[in-house]
Amino acid sequence: MNWRHKHLLGIEGLAPEEITLVLDTADKMAEVATRPVKKVPALRAKLVVNLFFENSTRTRSSFEIAEKRLSADTLNFSASTSSVSKGESLVDTILNIERMMPDCYVMRHPSPGAGQLISGFTKASIVNAGDGAHEHPTQALLDAMTIRQRKGGFKGLKVLIAGDIAHSRVVRSNIHLLNTMGAKVTVCGPATLLPPHIESLGVTASTEFEEAIKGKDVVMMLRIQLERQKRGLFPSLMEYYQRYGLTEERLKLAAKDVIVMHPGPMNRGVEIASEVADGPYSVILDQVENGVSVRMAVLYLLLGGGEDVSAH
Amino acid sequence: MKRKTILDAAGIQRTLGRLALELAERLQGCEGVVLIGIHRRGVPLARRIADKLSEVEKVQVPVGSLDINLYRDDFSSAGTAPVLRGTQVDFDIEGRTVVLVDDVLFTGRTIRAALDALVDLGRPARVQLAVLVDRGHRELPVQADYVGLSLNTRREDHVELHLTEFDGEDALLLETQITAKEGRP
Repeated sequence: MNWRHKHLLGIEGLAPEEITLVLDTADKMAEVATRPVKKVPALRAKLVVNLFFENSTRTRSSFEIAEKRLSADTLNFSASTSSVSKGESLVDTILNIERMMPDCYVMRHPSPGAGQLISGFTKASIVNAGDGAHEHPTQALLDAMTIRQRKGGFKGLKVLIAGDIAHSRVVRSNIHLLNTMGAKVTVCGPATLLPPHIESLGVTASTEFEEAIKGKDVVMMLRIQLERQKRGLFPSLMEYYQRYGLTEERLKLAAKDVIVMHPGPMNRGVEIASEVADGPYSVILDQVENGVSVRMAVLYLLLGGGEDVSAH
Repeated sequence: MKRKTILDAAGIQRTLGRLALELAERLQGCEGVVLIGIHRRGVPLARRIADKLSEVEKVQVPVGSLDINLYRDDFSSAGTAPVLRGTQVDFDIEGRTVVLVDDVLFTGRTIRAALDALVDLGRPARVQLAVLVDRGHRELPVQADYVGLSLNTRREDHVELHLTEFDGEDALLLETQITAKEGRP
């Protein structure tokens, strides 16, 4: 099985074998970080442009480390310090950078489909690092790598994703991935944070957290963005925690060997209790570590074309 | 196209046995020696040589595997990214004698990449190379220390090693393109 896509814009549309290929490649990449020399020359002289039109520290750092471990040259372009703040359009920005011969764009943008739009104006590959509430494919892949490490696979696995389902790109990518791989997904949150017709994506939806968490193998908590409260989507952070916060008590309702995940950054005491976040079931820091391996795998598969010298 | 069996299963066994004896003789008891096979077919060959060494010399030599696809020199080539098999070297190579093991030595580019990959893992005292077949046509100044079989080939020929681990049989095959002039009808 070889990779045949030029871009990674989303998980939707990827076949199970393609997801497995990324995860297998990521497992191999993890070994590079354990070496005395944590760097390989695979993408030497490739130029990767990190285009971040929204703030992001961890995703951008994770991509940048992945690029450096593969010996790519990197250019960081953030909207706040660039020509975008002077009014340049996205397409004009791309047309300008295009003349500097990049091989790949890693882009985060507030508009869903931004990656799709720029793909018509560039010869380079595009990795979507989050587009509005649409997709965040590398997050779903690093979540999958973490789940596979702990659970061995996805078939029949019961997964709960809880929190702000309506505004989350992480949820969409994860639903596509977990469904494709044969897991059973339940989403849970207050009705104001559950999009209507979410079941059409092939998930079970619930507003009762304690009911939804029962017997789950994986519990994935999402960040509650504090500005949502100002818009009146839930009464107070304290009330949110009382009904939807992942406490040690509630975690006991899940499967005995449950794993707890969070894409970060966490609000301790809002969507997750500190004892759970730091507890024995938490794999939250594994997710961060796996993020680098998954991004190395994606960049390698998109840009590392060549003859297989080990095939003979 | 003509296909010829150069070595059968017994021939490969004998050749590997001889390689192991040569290693044991030159490395004097294999103190501080490690074997690292190059993916794909160098890996089972390294294991088999280690088995022979434990039979004959009663020494356990550590065996590792090296994936060199992240060290290729054809970066500009189009096409899909080769599948990674992974590097697994669970022992320290610092100060050791590393014997790289590969199936066919041809252009030497694989070995160039393997040397780059190896030095990222540590600094061995010395590195040697053992191959089952040397078929010539080097493009880089690379030479093997232990050669199972030297084979005269033309550049466009294919030398293929089949191993039970991957192909269900042990055999060394030579495929030659016969041109109209030399070939018989």
